Amino acid sequence: MATAHSRAAARLTMAPAVVLLLGWMLIPLAMTLYFSFLRYNLLMPGSEEWIGTLNYEYFLTDPAFFAALGNTLALVGGVLALTLCGGILLALLLDQPFWGRGIVRLLVIAPFFVMPTVSALVWKNMLMNPVNGLFASLARALGLQPIDFLGEVPLSSIVMIVTWQWLPFATLILLTALQSLDRERLEAAEMDGAGALDRFIHIILPHLARAITVVTLIQTIFLLSVFAEILVTTNGGPGTATTNITYLVYALSLLQFDVGGGSAGGIVAVVLANIVAVFLMRMIGRNLDL
Amino acid sequence: MARATTASRKLGLTLLAWTIGIVIFFPILWTALTSFKTEAEAIASPPSFIAFQWTLENYAEVQSRSDYALHFMNSVIISLGSTLVGLLIAVPAAWSMAFVPSRRTKDVLMWMLSTKMLPPVGVLIPIYLLFRDTGLLDSRTGLVIVLTLINLPIIVWMLFTYFREIPGEILEAARMDGAGLKAEILYVLLPMAVPGIASTLLLNVILAWNEAFWTLSLSASQSAPLTAFIASYSSPEGLFYAKLSAASTMAVAPILVLGWFSQKQLVRGLTFGAVK
Repeated sequence: MATAHSRAAARLTMAPAVVLLLGWMLIPLAMTLYFSFLRYNLLMPGSEEWIGTLNYEYFLTDPAFFAALGNTLALVGGVLALTLCGGILLALLLDQPFWGRGIVRLLVIAPFFVMPTVSALVWKNMLMNPVNGLFASLARALGLQPIDFLGEVPLSSIVMIVTWQWLPFATLILLTALQSLDRERLEAAEMDGAGALDRFIHIILPHLARAITVVTLIQTIFLLSVFAEILVTTNGGPGTATTNITYLVYALSLLQFDVGGGSAGGIVAVVLANIVAVFLMRMIGRNLDL
Repeated sequence: MARATTASRKLGLTLLAWTIGIVIFFPILWTALTSFKTEAEAIASPPSFIAFQWTLENYAEVQSRSDYALHFMNSVIISLGSTLVGLLIAVPAAWSMAFVPSRRTKDVLMWMLSTKMLPPVGVLIPIYLLFRDTGLLDSRTGLVIVLTLINLPIIVWMLFTYFREIPGEILEAARMDGAGLKAEILYVLLPMAVPGIASTLLLNVILAWNEAFWTLSLSASQSAPLTAFIASYSSPEGLFYAKLSAASTMAVAPILVLGWFSQKQLVRGLTFGAVK
């Protein structure tokens, strides 16, 4: 039984974590919100003035914003579709008995531990480079014209790189969920004459539904903020072909030093992320019984 | 007959799984191989896989051209430092959530998690300006502070899920015997929670080591960890594939090994207990 004494202690021990996170979240967020209503550029100090919602009007009517919104959706949607389909297939495969399962599992999850700047630069230079890259060598060996991946299909190339990074995560979560499946149900269905596809659709897929939702929501939160991969491969280009919201706000803030515009963009990004976060929080909250 | 099909099925699955595994792993393998080539061999077409003149010169070159050891140490200090500070703050908080829960505990936990979902660009400018004005820009201290805060929710959550598996009666018995709060946490709880704390530490070192938004935005030459250092290869001069590979191999290898050890905790840590 918790005594009054230990309750007081509990509040005290929780205080540092709560206060720090509160400060980390509220103070900067309030500052961003305040800046977003100012004309404020670090290159023109002293010219700060209140301009109401003008920054939002500029940001939300900027063609670059629509391009970035479209790119963000394409990037998140593309990577999600590929990692989920690939992850389900891989999880089904890794769940089967074969020789060296442990080692193959290690090989498959490895890309997750590679830092984003390394994976992006390795893919950009050593694999996708149209002259010296491995894919170009392969194409020439087959008598084909090498593709300039990041020049001709920049967004798809970034989707490919990010998919490679996140496929292990999806696979690992789905495999964990798959391993808690009741084998007897599968065997019973097989005895009753259900084919492999039937078993997949009616037993395996429903069992994975929860894991699929979790993977979708968690990946969406991380994928909305993809940044390093774009910075070191294309700098958001050519034009705005690979600029996502995160990169657009970064460029406004730290390349053009437009504090007001960057802040308005930051607030828009927060609102977009919150829409996803609400779903994820509900999901986790339901699972947490206290 | 049935046995034969099972065996051949297993053989087929083995071939398929190994092929896919090697294809997925290939970029890492290729980087490691290229790091031992000369720059000329690194771009040779057709490329050679094993039959080249193995050399260690890239590793020496990467260190002598740019102080690689400095950036490696920055990564170690920032990732380990932010994790240890985070644990120091999170252990007491997780203790109270797991063993003295109140009606609000769940709300606090969920709220902590929600801070993790704040997109970094939402607070980029204030943090940048605050750091500029306090001299924390391009400092290891500044990066330790930021990474501690962004990973604190994960640390609290992971510890909380591990602590909950420890029977509260043991802690209560210690309390009855007159152990103070400090003694209860230090001498009773922590020894029982060592595996959980170790997993939490491992996962967070990995996450902090690979964090690339804040390290790229807030560091320059002095405090740059490997994530930011490697990014400097995006605008190189001359041939650089072999050197990029050597720098990358050294940056990835230690954390890949840690990752392989912690693969079981990964699921738990990254899904906040939503998938078991």
